[in-house]
Amino acid sequence: MTVETLIPLAYLIAAVTFILGLKGLSSPTTAVMGNRIAAAGMLIAVIATFFAAEVRGGIPIILAGIVVGGVAGFAGARTVKMTAMPQMVALFNGAGGGAAALVSILEFSRQRDLGALEFGPTLATLLALVIGAVSFSGSAIAFGKLQGIITPKAFRYAGQQVVTAALVLAVGVLSFVLLAAGFTGAIAVEPMLIIAAITLLALVFGVALVLPIGGADMPVVISLLNAYTGLAVAMAGFTLGNQLLIVAGTLVGASGTILTRLMSKAMNRSLGNVLFGAFGAAPAGGAATAAATDDGRSIRSISAEDAAILLGYAQNVIVVPGYGLAVAQAQHSVRELADVLESKGINVRYAIHPVAGRMPGHMNVLLAEANVPYDKLFDMEQINPEFPRADVALVIGANDVTNPAARSNPGSPIYGMPILDVDKAQNVIVIKRSMKPGFAGIDNDLYLDPKTAMLFGDAKEAVGKVVQELKRAA
Amino acid sequence: MSGEAIVAAYVFVLAIFVGFEVISKVPSTLHTPLMSGANAIHGIVIVGAMLVASAIPGPLGSVLGFLAVVLGTANVVGGFVVTDRMLAMFKQRPGKRQ
Repeated sequence: MTVETLIPLAYLIAAVTFILGLKGLSSPTTAVMGNRIAAAGMLIAVIATFFAAEVRGGIPIILAGIVVGGVAGFAGARTVKMTAMPQMVALFNGAGGGAAALVSILEFSRQRDLGALEFGPTLATLLALVIGAVSFSGSAIAFGKLQGIITPKAFRYAGQQVVTAALVLAVGVLSFVLLAAGFTGAIAVEPMLIIAAITLLALVFGVALVLPIGGADMPVVISLLNAYTGLAVAMAGFTLGNQLLIVAGTLVGASGTILTRLMSKAMNRSLGNVLFGAFGAAPAGGAATAAATDDGRSIRSISAEDAAILLGYAQNVIVVPGYGLAVAQAQHSVRELADVLESKGINVRYAIHPVAGRMPGHMNVLLAEANVPYDKLFDMEQINPEFPRADVALVIGANDVTNPAARSNPGSPIYGMPILDVDKAQNVIVIKRSMKPGFAGIDNDLYLDPKTAMLFGDAKEAVGKVVQELKRAA
Repeated sequence: MSGEAIVAAYVFVLAIFVGFEVISKVPSTLHTPLMSGANAIHGIVIVGAMLVASAIPGPLGSVLGFLAVVLGTANVVGGFVVTDRMLAMFKQRPGKRQ
């Protein structure tokens, strides 16, 4: 028994740690351990791979690559702000997709040099390549949109369906040519040229897939691309005949699919709708503005002093945090505000929409960072019946998830999306930078409600001012 | 279909079921860390990258192999570290950090 025969055993251990790791991530008490168990399994797999015969010639390349990639990944992961987590996940996901595509290209090239161009491995290679490349470029666009490098608005152009269809068709035809060669054993064109063309087309397809999707839907897209990468890795595992890649990739493919469905469900939209629904580019937003302002209602703006008084005399306050809070890094100020209010005997709770922030659970992470106790955070289903009894609902940087149009206006693009019933509170204070519509690009009727007062300003500054006023009054 | 391919197919299909079973019971609070953790796990592609890093002789093959290892490593390291950071937020007892 040589060291090399032990490699599959090490891979089996790694596969088990991945399953245990994912299981651990299901509960807050075991999540940290779960993640570390999976990381340990990954380390075991990597160390074992160094003993593989295929690796021997490439040790310098591999070590150099691990150093460069490790430093980049570590530095990026350590320095990224909590608010920028979603785009960071997108970036790492894209890296994985790119790696899967490259692995499939290299393995295909190797098998061709050996003279073999069999149907099975060729099919797996093509799938890994196409899915991996789509995930790579799609994640890059998702990153750009969340980071604000590319407009978060849905980007649409004439003939879009035609372009997308043409891309799919071209990839299909080229793949068919390669696969047919796998059967007949003969091919007229150099296979690597076809592979290169497919790679390019798949990259363009990834861009074309994500560019038309509005920024508000990016979490769903990242989750979907995460599942894609898992699938690409599994397919690369088929090409390589590596069970560990198949197990790990498939686990992620399954988890990503579930998560994507959960997120779509939270937004009450089917996945197809997210991908092809032109959310955010809809002119419906503009039409709604006109309708809303035409009926004579107007917005009411208040000062920090007034807001402090309103809050100071309340008994029940529900804070509705949104992405604006995260961007302004206001979570610590908000906790300070809650502390001051609680010292006055006021009951402060937080209403967390399933997609508050940019991803499910994102807001919980941010508030936990500011040491807001778990038992103050309430899910939408739990808190919605409480709004009528709340004296003040304080909306901080949240927009679309509070829009009553989702309940009442069948013409609205977000109609049917579950929302927080903020408009049922006795008073509503909305802290917002400007009247600009939210990420989905839709106007919010809540702001025109007579009991709603707008406190304009940066979330952190505005909350800070309210805290000052409250302390002064005390 | 070769014996090896059918084994691979078995592994694939069974892993789908395991994936659904293990993951379908996650509280929504942990969805973001879960996505990130799953993201780190598909970084296992680094093993594939290592196996093919020197598969193709010549500079182009080496460059592509190097890039594959870089991307795979960034996926693994970045993924696990980001997840760990996110989860550290949940670990703190309220009021411990002043």
